[in-house]
Amino acid sequence: MSVLVGRDTRLLVQGITGNEGTFHTRRNRDFGTNVVAGVTPGKGGQDVDGIPVFETVADAVRETKANTSMIFVPPRFAADAILEAVDAGIGVVVAITEGIPVREMAEVRAYLDGRSSVLVGPNCPGVISPGEANVGIIPGEVCTPGRVGLVSRSGTLVYQIVHELTRRHLGQSTCIGIGGDPVHGIGFIDALAMFSDDPDTEIVVMVGEIGGDDEERAAAFISERVGKPVVGYIAGFTAPPGKRMGHAGAIVTGSSGTAQAKAEALEAAGVKVARTPTEVAELVQVALS
Amino acid sequence: MDLYEHQGKELFARYDIPVPRGIVATTAEDAARATEELGGRSVVKIQVQVGGRGKGGGVALVDSPQRAAEEAERMLRDGFKGMPVTRVLCEELLPIAREFYTSLLLDRSTGRYLALMTAEGGVDIEELARTRPEAIRRVQVDPSIGMRPFHVRELVAALPSESRQGAADIIGKAYRMLLEVDATLVEINPLVQLEDGRVVALDSKVTIDDSALFRHPDIESLRSAFPIDPVEARAKEKGLQYVKLDGDVGIIGNGAGLVMSTLDVVAQAGGRAANFLDVGGGASADQMATSLEVVLSDPAVSSVLINIFGGITRGDLVARGVLEALERVQPKVPIVVRLDGTNAAEGRKILAEAQHPNIVSAATMIEAAQLAAALASGVAA
Repeated sequence: MSVLVGRDTRLLVQGITGNEGTFHTRRNRDFGTNVVAGVTPGKGGQDVDGIPVFETVADAVRETKANTSMIFVPPRFAADAILEAVDAGIGVVVAITEGIPVREMAEVRAYLDGRSSVLVGPNCPGVISPGEANVGIIPGEVCTPGRVGLVSRSGTLVYQIVHELTRRHLGQSTCIGIGGDPVHGIGFIDALAMFSDDPDTEIVVMVGEIGGDDEERAAAFISERVGKPVVGYIAGFTAPPGKRMGHAGAIVTGSSGTAQAKAEALEAAGVKVARTPTEVAELVQVALS
Repeated sequence: MDLYEHQGKELFARYDIPVPRGIVATTAEDAARATEELGGRSVVKIQVQVGGRGKGGGVALVDSPQRAAEEAERMLRDGFKGMPVTRVLCEELLPIAREFYTSLLLDRSTGRYLALMTAEGGVDIEELARTRPEAIRRVQVDPSIGMRPFHVRELVAALPSESRQGAADIIGKAYRMLLEVDATLVEINPLVQLEDGRVVALDSKVTIDDSALFRHPDIESLRSAFPIDPVEARAKEKGLQYVKLDGDVGIIGNGAGLVMSTLDVVAQAGGRAANFLDVGGGASADQMATSLEVVLSDPAVSSVLINIFGGITRGDLVARGVLEALERVQPKVPIVVRLDGTNAAEGRKILAEAQHPNIVSAATMIEAAQLAAALASGVAA
């Protein structure tokens, strides 16, 4: 079993004819993902390796019953692409695109309110359920099926930590990259709730970084609602305040948002917090033994 | 992108938000002339992208052009909190009756806009939020309906009745500006009411969403006013995220999270990172070469750690980039390389075959950090 993506996933790729779109569509399909359609305005009627391309998401859904979308559309058109997918009733929308203006994402968030679609991202590496489906750019070969659920703001830390887990034969149910943008779709709390309800996830790894208060709010949620063990990791202990570290999300301002404060909040909620990516895997191993 | 006060006020003026008359000066003589023009008295304010000017000697009330020149000279010479200062803003002195605070910002936790207003202006707002949060009115604005009259009434009810109309007028205009210029923060502290009743923005703090700058070339061009480290500028040109720090282990990695984690692991190994450098996704050989040049241009660097976990980024390209860079820069320091992920085996093979004397391979992230820290401190690893 898995969350968000799995054997039932029927994937549609928005921006399938672009370089990255085509490249990752092939990789996801080779992994075993059921890719049923692509959308590129102006290129309807063409195909990519036999995958039919449609003009609109609505057309693609009608013809192929796609239920999941992956978005590789350039930043200035990406918010529109997300809205189009939600409007067409796509259940899970995974937006890989980096650099979408925040004002448009605020509008997207408002539109999502009260609708059943789930947005992952933007500016995220996607979601992978090893052995079932890969929707995004996480390298499938580092993963192995198992019972650890992973949620992370950072993409490359997903790879690093999954790699550490796999080396110790600790397989994963689903790995979710929620992305580092200030306004995004699902967050730690949503992912924790999903893993909590997933019978095949035994333990959850939560990977945060400096900035914002998502980790602190997740800590409160864990102590109230999550019955499964959680192992945490926070990047940015040595980041100086006021410096932007690449992500929109990764900036420490004032006294809040520091790695220290986040680690303390998580520990207070009973979460074991690792100090290195390697230690994450060690703590998971201990918790499961 | 954080704007200078005067740049924010120029945007305010465009939206008819009242601001004091002000003149930007880049020399002491200009500051004297500006003060002369403003009636012989002015407030001279350092223009920087950080706060805390009032307490830090960045604001001076002067009663003569001579004094303005002296203050401006000091500010331009001494800089502010370690940053160079290239300009000051001289503004007319206004008779202030009351000071308030207002701001509009993007609230990350809700994905909505948040408007704040308090009658206790001119103070440290973070301190007030801690000690007496009830003194600050907060209104959430759903972007699908925008700032409505009821929101504005709710906010200005925090103020004395005779100040409400002027403040309401400014709030409405500031919200329009926030949306139209893609700001994530518009802060006015203090917002003042003058003795004649007018409400004026005495300060401005405006942050523009970097991702939206493509549709605001006029605002993007304001960037040229900011002092920037030449090395950071070079990195930015190539699409690299580089932040100078003060240690001696140069760091190159892919992805902000992994690079921050690398910084932490180096610190745990007893080293101190000289920088943060994210080569981003899909790093090409040329980007890797530029990254090395950028990191090595810092004379404090005594070892370099390259930590790559390839997703989009391919290990073979990284390896070729490292070798290409070594041809270009002829480094004197050891370079520890750790490669994993997409095409990592090919990358490691390329590096091994090159047998470059400066390259040290590491199997894991922790081993790489320990090696780099030890090599930087001159301890044989």
